[in-house]
Amino acid sequence: MAVSGKTITGQTGRIYVWEIPVRLTHWINVLAIVVLSFTGYYIGNPYVSASPREWFGAYFMGTIRFVHFTAAYIFIGSIALRTYWGFIGGNQWASWRALIPFITPEGRGKLKHALQYYTFLRREPPVILGHNALAGFTYALIVLLYFLQIFTGGALYGTVEPGSFWWTLTHWVFNIVSLQHLRLIHHLIMWFLIAFALQHVYSAFLVDVEEANGLLSSIFSGWKFIIPDKHRKDKAE
Amino acid sequence: MCKTPLDHTLGEILTRKGISRRSFMKFCGAMTAALALPAHYTERVAAAVSAAKKPVLVWLEFQDCAGNTESLLRASSPTAAEIILDVLSVDYHETIMAAAGHQAEAALKQATAEKGSYLVVVEGSIPTKDGGIYCTIGGRTALDIAQEICGNALATITCGTCSAYCGLPAAAPNPTGAVGVTDAVPGITVINLPGCPMNVVNLTATIVHYLTFGELPPTDQFGRPFFAYGSKIHNDCERRPHFDAGQFVEEWGDGGHRAGWCLYKMGCKGPATYHNCALVRWNEETSWPIHAGHGCVGCSEPNFWDTMTPIYRRLPKVPGFGIEATADKIGLGVAATVGGAFALHGVASAVRAKVQPLQKSQIIVDEEDAS
Repeated sequence: MAVSGKTITGQTGRIYVWEIPVRLTHWINVLAIVVLSFTGYYIGNPYVSASPREWFGAYFMGTIRFVHFTAAYIFIGSIALRTYWGFIGGNQWASWRALIPFITPEGRGKLKHALQYYTFLRREPPVILGHNALAGFTYALIVLLYFLQIFTGGALYGTVEPGSFWWTLTHWVFNIVSLQHLRLIHHLIMWFLIAFALQHVYSAFLVDVEEANGLLSSIFSGWKFIIPDKHRKDKAE
Repeated sequence: MCKTPLDHTLGEILTRKGISRRSFMKFCGAMTAALALPAHYTERVAAAVSAAKKPVLVWLEFQDCAGNTESLLRASSPTAAEIILDVLSVDYHETIMAAAGHQAEAALKQATAEKGSYLVVVEGSIPTKDGGIYCTIGGRTALDIAQEICGNALATITCGTCSAYCGLPAAAPNPTGAVGVTDAVPGITVINLPGCPMNVVNLTATIVHYLTFGELPPTDQFGRPFFAYGSKIHNDCERRPHFDAGQFVEEWGDGGHRAGWCLYKMGCKGPATYHNCALVRWNEETSWPIHAGHGCVGCSEPNFWDTMTPIYRRLPKVPGFGIEATADKIGLGVAATVGGAFALHGVASAVRAKVQPLQKSQIIVDEEDAS
């Protein structure tokens, strides 16, 4: 089902880049993070109070926490699937290698190009089929935050019941950091992810306009456009 | 041969003291419950406690406020004070013993003469800075005393957060270099009963567990017995239904406060603290902090003075920022800055697109995989 880049000839105008698991986990992550942020913020700071006379009021915080934990498990499942796809199942654009472009000289060059473009030092955007090098590197940090968030969340969840699965997995961390500070870290990571989301949507919009390769729609359809004429010209050079 | 007090079993001593079988069984029932054992263990506890010999127990005080001693003296549950003070032979306790000076020190020497034959209760932290001179008793440093007495003891029970995790004296910047017993005398058998002060029910139950099973109760990673510190205050709190319903005290003395709603937003650390306060309570089981309308301060957690503060805030302050900067304000600032930065970037990009339109020929496909 994966269309390898090799099958694309210079004549083809579009290419199947994002496979179904990539797009599926992307949108599950979006939904999960939105739900987790709202419910998580409420758990940390219950800014509205529900009247017990409302049908949901008698167990409002309990319900919010239930939604938070359920969304967390869905998020974990999504991250697990995406991790599998990045290492084993996916095509070259889904690979974990995109997250660490700086390990090859070529990747460092692309990283520099992208940086120069974003800082107005270079006019033309990096045209690339997968993630651009700077985006890939940013996702590496985001993935790190995801794992940290899952771990801290699991640790907080585990404290409710010593001996439980999450407690067994994580209780050693409290020898290093206090429960309250772990809570603080969990809280701050949410804000970093929100800041990332703003940047992410903006950059996607910008690159979509400048590269004109259908980047925004590619995360729905999976297809990106390439410019075959230009491509042939490059090959000739 | 005449029997010395140490030869009598606890049962004999209790009978002689006129403690009825009924109140003794009530005590054993309470201890069985405190240890979270099934009810039928009451008989086993009773048999073990009555048959046990008086264990020798010495009580050391270092950098402390004697709050745990107060807690002990205030004990009222079924003859617990009797059991501890009269029946368990407390051979040395600076605050409550009649002897003083050289006589007291001689009593300590006598009680601890035989290695591995006695239990030690430690109250207060142990200073280590400048050779430990910040706490000396009879000319010896606390560190020196602890290493000798605790090092030779059958087991050490730390009462209160100071002796368990160095407590208030170790609050930043820890001027006396205070440490708990585990750090002062590494490698010995210690059971921690933190709390400010510890609840005497837990001390009694720990000793009863030892008498019944011949071993100390199982503990968590911080050396606290699971029976008393295996569940968070938040789990057993009487105000928990208000938490689950989302009903919170917003300020001191408001309607919610008077109605006994949850103190979560007032900085209650119940969700971060393991202790059985809500179950065993204090002062003849009449009350405990949250029942009295004040949030938990997390006193039974390691380094609580540094990690649980600000006491009236939900989250700790973010290191490096002022006290008024909460995590949410900083987070919102980060998000707003990023949003603002990219909004500006967007405007600049739009201007660039007008001033310097992108030529198709400028696009360079540098993705090799497309070939």
